[in-house]
Amino acid sequence: MNRKYFYITAFCLGCILLSAFITGDDYFTITAADVKLEVPKGFPQPVYDFKNNTPTPAGFTLGRKLFYDPILSKDSSISCGFCHQRIAAFAHIDHRISHGINGQFGLRNVPPLQNLIWQTAFMWDGGINNLEVQPLAPMNNHVEMAETTANVVQKLQHNKEYVAMFKAAFGDTVVTSQKMLRAIAQFTGLMISCNSRYDKFMRGEDTLSANEKRGLQLFRDNCAQCHKEPLFTDNTYRNIGLTYDTAFKDSGRVRITGDMKDFMKFKVPSLRNVEMTYPYMHDGRFSTLKQVLDHYTQSFVGVPGVDPRVVNGLHLTLQDKQDVIAFLKTLTDKDFLYDHRFVDPGMRRN
Amino acid sequence: MLRRTLYITLSIAALVAAMSFIAPSQAKLVITFNSYVGNQLLKLDSATYKNELGQPYTVSKLRYYVGNLSLITNEGTSFHSDEYFLVDETNDSSKQVTLRNVPPGNYTTISFIIGVDSLQNCSGAQSGALDPANAMFWTWNSGYIFIKMEGASPLSKSPGHLLEFHVGGYKAPYNCIRTVKLSLKNSLQIANGNAALNIKTDLSQLFKAQHVIDFSKISSVTDFHNSTTIADNYAQMFSILQ
Repeated sequence: MNRKYFYITAFCLGCILLSAFITGDDYFTITAADVKLEVPKGFPQPVYDFKNNTPTPAGFTLGRKLFYDPILSKDSSISCGFCHQRIAAFAHIDHRISHGINGQFGLRNVPPLQNLIWQTAFMWDGGINNLEVQPLAPMNNHVEMAETTANVVQKLQHNKEYVAMFKAAFGDTVVTSQKMLRAIAQFTGLMISCNSRYDKFMRGEDTLSANEKRGLQLFRDNCAQCHKEPLFTDNTYRNIGLTYDTAFKDSGRVRITGDMKDFMKFKVPSLRNVEMTYPYMHDGRFSTLKQVLDHYTQSFVGVPGVDPRVVNGLHLTLQDKQDVIAFLKTLTDKDFLYDHRFVDPGMRRN
Repeated sequence: MLRRTLYITLSIAALVAAMSFIAPSQAKLVITFNSYVGNQLLKLDSATYKNELGQPYTVSKLRYYVGNLSLITNEGTSFHSDEYFLVDETNDSSKQVTLRNVPPGNYTTISFIIGVDSLQNCSGAQSGALDPANAMFWTWNSGYIFIKMEGASPLSKSPGHLLEFHVGGYKAPYNCIRTVKLSLKNSLQIANGNAALNIKTDLSQLFKAQHVIDFSKISSVTDFHNSTTIADNYAQMFSILQ
């Protein structure tokens, strides 16, 4: 009798192990349902609508491989995913400034990648005008990936695995920058965060604590004009009184527009998953949300160019700040951070 | 039997005549861009030229975008092509721009832009002449580089005395798209078959047509600084070569 139980138990354990192996493979398999774009309830229509680039499982899988492959860099040391870490909503957790090849430093803090198809422009200064051409910037930047677009295309064309994946995704074996960029856009464009506790609260599926609710109200009264719900940005550029850093010499959007009115203006970042995307600001100068709120409660009267919405300083007590921070943490979206579709396929055990 | 053959032949002839009536035959126009410095043919690297101020310079690279080609007749009818062409001095075939399906006509004006229009600048990843792998695209401030002229001048204060004119930008007030309109003196008659047109690209005009460029002051343009000054010059760099 005991032996019988042993066999049954062993059989069950075997089944569990086997299914673990099988689901292990499924974990990285992208299905048609995985690439279907659904505009979350309450979100506006996307800016990037995939009109000429309908996501497919093969295209998304190719984009995912490219995103995590250091082949995009000159010495095969840096991939997109090197700086854009999934667990930090694709920001670089606990890093002030982006890293590049040969241990070089970039100029700015790595922005998270989420809800990109609702962004009108990319980068802290809005220099990039279309999601598809965004990857060309780090790829060609001398202190980031330090490659040329033409060379990356050549390397991919000479790689049999990539040639097969390009054929599966786009129907032929000729690798072009357009196909490469569209595949990456399929992958990054579907990084959508819409399932935080805040979202569930808004949909009536979850509750917030009294402090979190108070924080939400304070947020709406003080912050939401620029950090506009539900994306928590209004896609504008603003000077919030950050001092010009003479070491970095980063003057912000004026570098793009040539208009001195844009001196020290940077993009209003989304605050989704903000708990995970520290440190904060374009140069990562603040390491905690408390420091960020302390910045906003200063007066900037007399400092030229500071946005009228913050120039007088926000009036928030310590308790107010704690409640706003409690609310901001409800924007953490674990469904997004642990979404199997965005996991590095290199993690697969071979 | 003979009669039947005659009928068939006649009906085929009638059909052909009818078809040609419905769709008049169209021609291929080959426009060749010939690079000069003043009246000398441009030679990359080996020749030394002088600008308006007598400052010597050499040329190592010349590439530019030509687009929105239009042909206009005296009656105002026009032919338009949406295609973009990247003219590269090192590649002879790129200097020959072919327009297909040009309807017959007496064309008196040709116009085109130097640059890439704003729509194409904002439409994401492009292919062909507009492939960003052609290294005519700014990756940190999205947009095409309309013209690249590189070389050297002892007067240049850039490292290695280099000259580097990379001009582009589609947004006001630094819009560098320029329309070139040239009258065809002996109007271009396009009938059936092929036609050809030769255009002179006079690089010396890049440094003098409207604004005289002093290489000791401006030796490098790589963003909006001085970009429209150079654009105003290249707007007048082209003429019909007789």
